Amino acid sequence: MKCRLCDEKAVLSSPNYCKKHFIEYFERKVFRTIEDYGLLDPSDSVCVAASGGKDSTVALYLSFKYLQSFRSDPKVTALIIDEGISGYRNKTLDDLKRFCKDAGIPLKVVSFRQEFGRTLDQIITLRLTDQKPCTVCGILRRYLLNKYSRGFDKLVTGHNLDDESQAILMNLFRQQTDILARLGPVSGVSRDALFVQRVKPLYFCPEKEVALYAVLKGFDVSFTECPYVVFAYRADVRDFLNAYEQAHKGAKLNIVRSFLKVLPELKASYSGKGLRYCESCGEPSSQRVCNACKLADKIIIARDGG
Amino acid sequence: MIIFIEKDDRKVSKRFAGTVASLLSSLDINPETVLVSRNGEIVTEDVVLKDSDDIKILSVVSGG
Repeated sequence: MKCRLCDEKAVLSSPNYCKKHFIEYFERKVFRTIEDYGLLDPSDSVCVAASGGKDSTVALYLSFKYLQSFRSDPKVTALIIDEGISGYRNKTLDDLKRFCKDAGIPLKVVSFRQEFGRTLDQIITLRLTDQKPCTVCGILRRYLLNKYSRGFDKLVTGHNLDDESQAILMNLFRQQTDILARLGPVSGVSRDALFVQRVKPLYFCPEKEVALYAVLKGFDVSFTECPYVVFAYRADVRDFLNAYEQAHKGAKLNIVRSFLKVLPELKASYSGKGLRYCESCGEPSSQRVCNACKLADKIIIARDGG
Repeated sequence: MIIFIEKDDRKVSKRFAGTVASLLSSLDINPETVLVSRNGEIVTEDVVLKDSDDIKILSVVSGG
């Protein structure tokens, strides 16, 4: 198969582009998403939630490149949460350290061990909570990302089209419309001084395109899966959706586009509802005590033998 | 043909000649979830492979 724009061999079947034209197409799509949804402003100071994996590394690189087109010294910092997942996070952390050093991007590392006294592996192995690993990880990661990105104008995440279409289906299947309302290229339903606005430049990029871009650009990133993914409900939805996409091309994009048509009404219906501040840590929360504090209490009690 | 499946960190040796699509089908791998390289170059699903090719299958799915 040849590129649709030249005589070179294609690196992707649909759309069929060669290496050079695929890279141009991909960057154009990301930059257009940033502009169409107002994700980044040239004057923004930006924190990128990085993991050393392909998605967040591509989001980091392209956020930096986009802002660099306006100013020579973009205010971009990478933030990684080291959950303490043996044989996984240490590898991606090394990859990210190298990437940031080469690109001249400051990197901040925050760990579960330092913040909560335990690694994720310890929390799971010692059964300090009966929640699934991905639930524990998600609660604590979101808490730390918000806490340590405070002071920045935006928090960029590497969520791609696959992540978003999976999240939409998962929340529909579970009838969690309140969580559904928080999705979209700009996360959340309410603006609050303590909430850093989360934005998703890879929103319309299929995971396969993100991986291809990372490979073609020669990024030294890990493609290994988190070992806890086998416990995740998301994995079922992901596999189902990939099978459906293979049979019905465009399904993921159609889910997201349909969702975007009703999202403004959905966000408006939840706007300002139920937002309060955790009585324990003072962070924004929909409950009296936030999930992170509830979980942290369990970990501390179990650790101290209480 | 030597096929390296990165996700499982395993090498498979098998006699095969045909397209990338038919190779993935024979391995029960959804093309939506992988990139395939032949002798170090990314190839599309219509490309015909030879038995002497070195193939690498890279899983692109992630998330938990």
